[in-house]
Amino acid sequence: MFSPFSRVPSVSLGFLVPITVLVSSISLLVRLGFRFRFLECICHFRSVLTRRRKLRSNCVAPSVTSRSCFSINYAKREVRILCDKAKEILMEESNVQMAELAAEKHVRYILSVEKRKDNFESVVMEHLRMSGAYWGLTALDLLGKLGSVDVDEVTSWLLSCQHESGGFGGNIGHDPHILYTLSALQVLALFDKMDVIDVDKVTNYIVSLQNEDGSFSGDMWGEVDTRFSYIAICCLSILHRLDKINVEKAVKYIISCKNMDGGFGCTPGGESHAGQIFCCVGALAITGSLDLVDKDLLGWWLCERQVKSGGLNGRPEKLPDVCYSWWVLSSLTMIDRVHWISKEKLIRFILDCQDTENGGISDRPDDAVDVFHTFFGVAGLSLLEYTGVKPIDPAYALPVDVVNRIFFTK
Amino acid sequence: MHGRPRKALKQEDETALSAKTEKLRSLQAQFLANHHNRIYSKEALDVSAKLLEVNPECYTAWNYRKLAVQHHLTNSDSDPHSIFQGELKLVEIALRKNFKSYGAWHHRKWVLSKGHSSIDNEMRLLNGFQKADPRNFHAWNYRRFVTELMKRSDEDELKYTEEVIGANFSNYSAWHNRSVLLSNLLKRKAEGYFPKEKFLEEEFEHVHNAIFTDPDDQSGWFYHLWLIDQTVKTDAPLLVSSWPSHGSSITLIGDNSLQGCHLSLLNGTLSDTATLPVILNFNLAVEGINSSTVSIKSELLEEELVWKPLSMSNSNTAKVWVVYLNLGNMELQSSKTYSVDISIGHSEGIVSSNENHYGDPSQISFKVFVQTASIKHSEGQGGKRTTWKNTNFHKIDHFQESDPILSAVQNHHIPTTSNWHAEEIGEEITQFRDLLSEYDCKIGKLTLARLLTALDLLSSQHDGRISNTEEVLQLYTDLIKLDPTHSLYYKDEHSLISIQQITSTRDSLLPYCHYYRDETETITGYVCLRLQNLSLSRLGSIENLLWVQMLDLSHNELQSIEGLEAMQLLSCLNLCHNKIGSFTALGPLRLVKSLKVLNISHNELGCHSVDTTRYLCPSPLSHTEEFAWDRFEILTGNVSATKFWEAFLIFGSLALTELNIIGNAVADENFRSFLVKVLPTLKWLDDEELS
Repeated sequence: MFSPFSRVPSVSLGFLVPITVLVSSISLLVRLGFRFRFLECICHFRSVLTRRRKLRSNCVAPSVTSRSCFSINYAKREVRILCDKAKEILMEESNVQMAELAAEKHVRYILSVEKRKDNFESVVMEHLRMSGAYWGLTALDLLGKLGSVDVDEVTSWLLSCQHESGGFGGNIGHDPHILYTLSALQVLALFDKMDVIDVDKVTNYIVSLQNEDGSFSGDMWGEVDTRFSYIAICCLSILHRLDKINVEKAVKYIISCKNMDGGFGCTPGGESHAGQIFCCVGALAITGSLDLVDKDLLGWWLCERQVKSGGLNGRPEKLPDVCYSWWVLSSLTMIDRVHWISKEKLIRFILDCQDTENGGISDRPDDAVDVFHTFFGVAGLSLLEYTGVKPIDPAYALPVDVVNRIFFTK
Repeated sequence: MHGRPRKALKQEDETALSAKTEKLRSLQAQFLANHHNRIYSKEALDVSAKLLEVNPECYTAWNYRKLAVQHHLTNSDSDPHSIFQGELKLVEIALRKNFKSYGAWHHRKWVLSKGHSSIDNEMRLLNGFQKADPRNFHAWNYRRFVTELMKRSDEDELKYTEEVIGANFSNYSAWHNRSVLLSNLLKRKAEGYFPKEKFLEEEFEHVHNAIFTDPDDQSGWFYHLWLIDQTVKTDAPLLVSSWPSHGSSITLIGDNSLQGCHLSLLNGTLSDTATLPVILNFNLAVEGINSSTVSIKSELLEEELVWKPLSMSNSNTAKVWVVYLNLGNMELQSSKTYSVDISIGHSEGIVSSNENHYGDPSQISFKVFVQTASIKHSEGQGGKRTTWKNTNFHKIDHFQESDPILSAVQNHHIPTTSNWHAEEIGEEITQFRDLLSEYDCKIGKLTLARLLTALDLLSSQHDGRISNTEEVLQLYTDLIKLDPTHSLYYKDEHSLISIQQITSTRDSLLPYCHYYRDETETITGYVCLRLQNLSLSRLGSIENLLWVQMLDLSHNELQSIEGLEAMQLLSCLNLCHNKIGSFTALGPLRLVKSLKVLNISHNELGCHSVDTTRYLCPSPLSHTEEFAWDRFEILTGNVSATKFWEAFLIFGSLALTELNIIGNAVADENFRSFLVKVLPTLKWLDDEELS
């Protein structure tokens, strides 16, 4: 379910942004005739400087760098206030007509992507088609349209991606990796077709990837990441084989990646990131260890991911992105803190990211759509109890009826 | 796809793109053919390099490069240094194309771990990448890997974060790394960083620069909260409260065989199980509570005691532990006083999950007194029913000696010689008041509320004074208006503070305690804690409420009863008119074996498609419990488990005599008949007496 593609919006250009922002903001302010506002800014700027001076009176005078950094950040904030104002006005206008989920168009879009193999995107992403299949098919199921898929065709392609080791590759000819092994199992679970694989063989592959310290490697080349801990635990649980690994050690490793903000990173010391938090909280949920999560601390960090536009970002001071509607929302749901964000605002943000003409959902309004964001948008709406979308399980990332079928039929 | 605009391409771009697509497709095909035929010639390697330069995400190609390296190393005249150098160069090109490529970063680590390449270049490369994108978490992770490899000191890295923050404080990644480094230094008690007083003051100063410059920038928020936490919290776990509390006496009413004997106040508890619970409530989750770490001396003791963590998960740690003294088969003499002495932590073994040992050996002594019952306690109580009518509750003017109300939280805190915690927090309060006087911002208010709460906690340890509650409540009320997006977060915090205020002393509890007595009842003195109609959205301060046997939480906004499991004496619970949205939210009740009467009418059971407590309640989904198929089938016949498993998990493990569930979407006839089957002990369902 993870592609090796990064989930992080590629916008941080470092301090260059604030500098350009400073320059452009001043010219913008003047150009737009915000003279009065500008003067007000200068006054405010002075008062902030005094505030800082006062607060720092008992230490050395602020250095040149911190002063310049201060002015840059100050400008950044002023621009942000202006932008927020503008957005609020725009939002009020759009309040009149709240968009609806263009479910049928999304279904058509997903089915067309599954078939398309000629455009640049499909070639670049060829190696992760297995995850693509999981995103697309799960979205279809959530929208109640899984029936329009040829199950045998998908299953036989999927089986041709399996290797002698038991693991699955991202596509025919690609190496086995735990990422695509989970996607394959999730697709089989959707179709209730788990009986087409040799369960012990897949189990052995996953078991072989656990390391001495309890962590998991992604494949034989030894990249370690808590994403792989989640994947291993999720796979084995779906296969009813969780007892085959050392769960206690696996949990201990995940806890060693816990940070001061209550979140989790890739490896010990790694920064908290909403996608990584989903993995760690999900793994702890499946292993019955959620008491080890600092729910209030993590919950506050997670709910502060909601920005003014209603969308969620993945880390502090980053841009919102539809995919975090899943990573953040599922984590908040698992720890019972999802009421700490505004559901209405988030629904609006997701719906604003739809391509209402051609179907599909994008990371932010008016960007290019893809299957990945379409799935996470629909999954987010599902967790927000949006009418017409089937409920999804926050830990297994599969429809609730599929998960209940796995665990509550004899 | 991130940040690419949604628009149709121009004709010339379209042509260019399609040429690019064709080229990439052919590279991929050639590469896969080479990979499968194990061809590692120079030409073949070039194909994979070209592919990775265009698409660094193609993980199989990185794997192929590793195989090729291994292949060439077996060749006797190979030069490992130059082979690895070539790989490092390719990674660098790939990272310039996409510096968020997991495969590329890992390939670099793989090469370096082989030990043939110099690591000196890595810092130069990293500094370049981190300048271009100071928030890239791959680069930060790689930096931690490299610094460990070259044994660069934590102190030096701390300086680096200072530089980065100096250039732009809005860098959460750097603040995060600071917390990691400082935790390391603290852990190994490095000079200048231990004890933590040494660096905390300076760190507070540091993070003020960030927060006060732009209070709306989140970069410093969480770091500041971490510092408050470091200032206030003791590392070692402490005992916060217990039931029975130290110095208390418990009256048991009954005949000398204890059969039909009950705890002085309420029906139920002892008569059925004939056990007396002893509850220990710690401030942190601990493990290792057993007969060697906690010793109990008493004539009431006959067999080895088994301590149980009150936890809903798989771990053996919990904040609250309970042991049941089995009095059922003892010949207890009436009018005799039995004393029980418990000593905790005199031998090592009680450890918190952050691996700190229990630091404050303590003693709890209480007395048990057996009194002959004045009336015969009628078994099963026939048609009697608990009603929550107001006329059944009578105000209490003052508590009597025999009322088992726990006095305020016992003073179980390690005495500190210095007062720096309180001083530091006091200083912070001044600073944030200053900030708020100039700029009205949510982080200012929220932090002030947290600081005042922390100060109250610290001063209550010294002189039991709690003085800032009203201001804290006002701050949260303001925040609900100021930041409506997160209003329910502030509301939850507000509820926690309200409950803390209500439960902090016997005097503050008095207005909420009532004697329960219905028309037919002759025994007086059943104390019911009535916290109804307080718009509570969350429960807290349960450590002050371990004594509660009858609890009225009706007409609030609760959607969870997390923590209620600590009330091991609870017999009657009223939750009507709340927002309980799923059966799994009632999970804590499964640990309350004494519960007999439950009112969950007029809640939201069956209204929601998403269950937010699905993973907080033990179930097969979280491998915390096997599904009892046999019992399920015997009790319910052939109903579908996928439909009723939650209700079965909860009610199947309770022995309720009265249940009210009307006014919930789930409560139809079908469901009621299911309940009657799963709850064979039930005498009243909703308003009907079952025959």
